Amino acid sequence: MNHDMIGFQYAPSEPFVVTAESIKAFAQALGDDNPAYSDASAAHALGHENVVAPPTYPIVVTMSAMENSFHDPALNMNYSRVVHSDQRFEYVRPIRVGDELVVTTIVEDIRTMAGNDMATFRTEVASGGDIVVTTWSKLVVRGDDA
Amino acid sequence: MTTKISLVDISVGMELPELTVNFTREGLNAYAHASGDMNPIHQDEAVAKSVGLPDVISHGMLTMGRAVRVVTDWVGDPTAVVEYSARMTRPVVVPNTPDGVPVTFGGKVAAINEDGTVRIDISAVFEGQTVLGQARATVRLSD
Repeated sequence: MNHDMIGFQYAPSEPFVVTAESIKAFAQALGDDNPAYSDASAAHALGHENVVAPPTYPIVVTMSAMENSFHDPALNMNYSRVVHSDQRFEYVRPIRVGDELVVTTIVEDIRTMAGNDMATFRTEVASGGDIVVTTWSKLVVRGDDA
Repeated sequence: MTTKISLVDISVGMELPELTVNFTREGLNAYAHASGDMNPIHQDEAVAKSVGLPDVISHGMLTMGRAVRVVTDWVGDPTAVVEYSARMTRPVVVPNTPDGVPVTFGGKVAAINEDGTVRIDISAVFEGQTVLGQARATVRLSD
């Protein structure tokens, strides 16, 4: 991979509108029946404006935003050999139904060790101009011999 | 935010209730559609085997998403989680059987931070081996 891309920030993604159906499908796929993910009155009782999303829900928007950058020729990344190795989320406020999420992807770090590239992408997920969650995804790109 | 657990209820070393979830092909398919991660190694045996895997494997993010339920079930309000991170160290291999395979998740109060947040260390065990490394959630509890 091209180490000169460290620090590069990609253009923000198109807005993604968070729907009740999207959160409900995600929670159901996790097997998680927490009422805060499906029932507005349960969410209100906890002090939230609307139904909230599970902690790992941001991946719905961050993975596709990052994938757009993976295909950038300037990054020189062999996407067919990528393994997702680490993930971190730092939440500012919960994602809620009605949010319009815009993702900005930043190449935070690229290292090469033993023929493998390790790249960390930071994404800033914002709604209405304010960051709601920041994520870090570390990917390992296996070298040809690995 | 309104959590079922308060700082006064906890101490370092305290264990959270365990949770066992069966991973099935049907569950992987539902997660693929809900998350948008349609990588065939999570759906198609032939593709998984062609890249050297023993069989279809779970999405690492599905494993991570289910693991944090140990914490969110315990606190009640899932938005108490202010930070969550994990390393995906081993795949969960999912056979084509109705019941799939069980993965057991656990949690332990690892630290009470100076700012009043609490660090929970999470474990995820499949066939006797951990599948997530350094899985940690930081939660802010109600007063």
